[in-house]
Amino acid sequence: MALRTEPIVLNIGPQHPSTHGVFRMRVTFDGEVIVGLDPVFGYLHRGFDKLAESRTYTQFIPLTDRLDYLASMSNNFAYCLAVERLAGIEVPERAEYIRVIMAEAMRISSHLMAVGFFLNDCGASVYTPLIYMYREREKLLDLFDMVSGQRLTYNYMRIGGVSHDLPPEFLPALRKFVQEMPAFIDEYDQLLAENEVLLARTKGVGILPRELAINASASGPVLRASGVEWDLRKKDPYSIYARFAFDIPTAETGDSYDRYWVRMQEMRQSVRILEQALAQLPEGPVRAEVPHLVRPPRGEVYSRIEAPKGELGFYIVSDGSVAPYRLHVRGPSFINLTALREMCLGWKLADAIAILGSLDIVMGEVDR
Amino acid sequence: MALVIRHAFRPIITTQYPEERLVPSKRIRAPQLVWEEERCTVCATCAKACPQGNITIVSESLPGNKYGMKHLEIDHGRCMFCGLCVEACPFDAIHLGRDYEQATYRRSQLVLTRDEVRLSEKRKASGYFRPRFEAEMPPQTLLVYGEKKGK
Ligand code: SF4
Ligand code: SF4
Repeated sequence: MALRTEPIVLNIGPQHPSTHGVFRMRVTFDGEVIVGLDPVFGYLHRGFDKLAESRTYTQFIPLTDRLDYLASMSNNFAYCLAVERLAGIEVPERAEYIRVIMAEAMRISSHLMAVGFFLNDCGASVYTPLIYMYREREKLLDLFDMVSGQRLTYNYMRIGGVSHDLPPEFLPALRKFVQEMPAFIDEYDQLLAENEVLLARTKGVGILPRELAINASASGPVLRASGVEWDLRKKDPYSIYARFAFDIPTAETGDSYDRYWVRMQEMRQSVRILEQALAQLPEGPVRAEVPHLVRPPRGEVYSRIEAPKGELGFYIVSDGSVAPYRLHVRGPSFINLTALREMCLGWKLADAIAILGSLDIVMGEVDR
Repeated sequence: MALVIRHAFRPIITTQYPEERLVPSKRIRAPQLVWEEERCTVCATCAKACPQGNITIVSESLPGNKYGMKHLEIDHGRCMFCGLCVEACPFDAIHLGRDYEQATYRRSQLVLTRDEVRLSEKRKASGYFRPRFEAEMPPQTLLVYGEKKGK
């Protein structure tokens, strides 16, 4: 005789540590199996898109830091590129290189956190890697601190370049980091690639099939893990990315393990880009002559970059004044979350946490 | 085991905070703003540049066709230390500070007026956007690379 069961609804979050911020999942269980999942966002809503309308173009840059706060400079970068495209501003060569260096260092730092927290979500038995990854990230934070004086919200890029030139101590320290980093990535690989707990918890769990990934407009490592070779740095090159040689790592199945694996490989590619950028870095000014109040002509622009989490786009409508008429951010974390339900159905609670961890969301970007 | 032994003989990288201190970045954007009265022309460019509207400036006309600062108020409680006011000042008169310990018991204590934000021995300026200060500051302690000097 079959047991009579009743679905129960459980709220996870909004303040649970494993929801990576203030994210709430309303999960319906049948026994232990997830049969329904509704993501509920909005607990961190700060109205960024609207705030932009009451600030000048330059004044919005520090606010972009607060979107994806684990990769602030990538946000600065995307926003500045959008305004530059709208206003037709040329960026000096050296500034372009500095931006690429920062964006790639940011990618490493963001992926370190993504992988570290993902492993942490998989169970406390793999807590050590998180601490290891903090150690590596600390070096990068020291570097960012040296350049911009902050450790989280850098506000470093400006329309038409970057705010300062690099300090003299920066390049030797970055060279040292670039030399050491591959060995550390190997060390993580060694620690983790054959870790039984990790494999059991992630292999085949939370598969995001190729078609669904494309239809949900997922981007970044989440999309590439599902086997789609799509990277804006190659497919729609912006800034000076066309000058660098690097590969787009992709995986086949699109399970949690693949998403983790793709991030590890991307760190290696970022180190490669950093090496090349360091070798080619030219001298020169770091900021174009841009008027204090930028007034782009009437029109609209959608400009996107490959941020660590995926396609980060800024859509700006200008009415010719000093402030955007309308601004919209396409946050990759938010869009990647839309497939969460399909990925979690049929799995258990602990798997749902690991699947969410493998998506690498930052709530600042989800609730704008 | 080899790993454990190797780690046991590595230099310690933690800092015993109040007793031991690191030297912060030369460009540190610590939670304070520093103002130099002699350089300021009361143009209020800094107030206009602030995304938060934290800086309030009231000017007064002085004899001899000059302007003076009647009232200056900076709300450090709402400041995000973006440094845009520092970059905007055409006369290098407002800077970010170097002292990172600025906790207070009341929010109202964070609203500072002209006499409290003045550059002094106690209220030092950081090198952010100010090469003249940057040149004098000691190099930053790098935490992980193990050069813990500034104790
Ligand atoms: S640092 Fe930024 S937020 Fe603070 S007063 Fe200056 S412009 Fe305003
Ligand atoms: S601090 Fe600078 S920007 Fe502000 S009023 Fe004085 S001179 Fe003008």
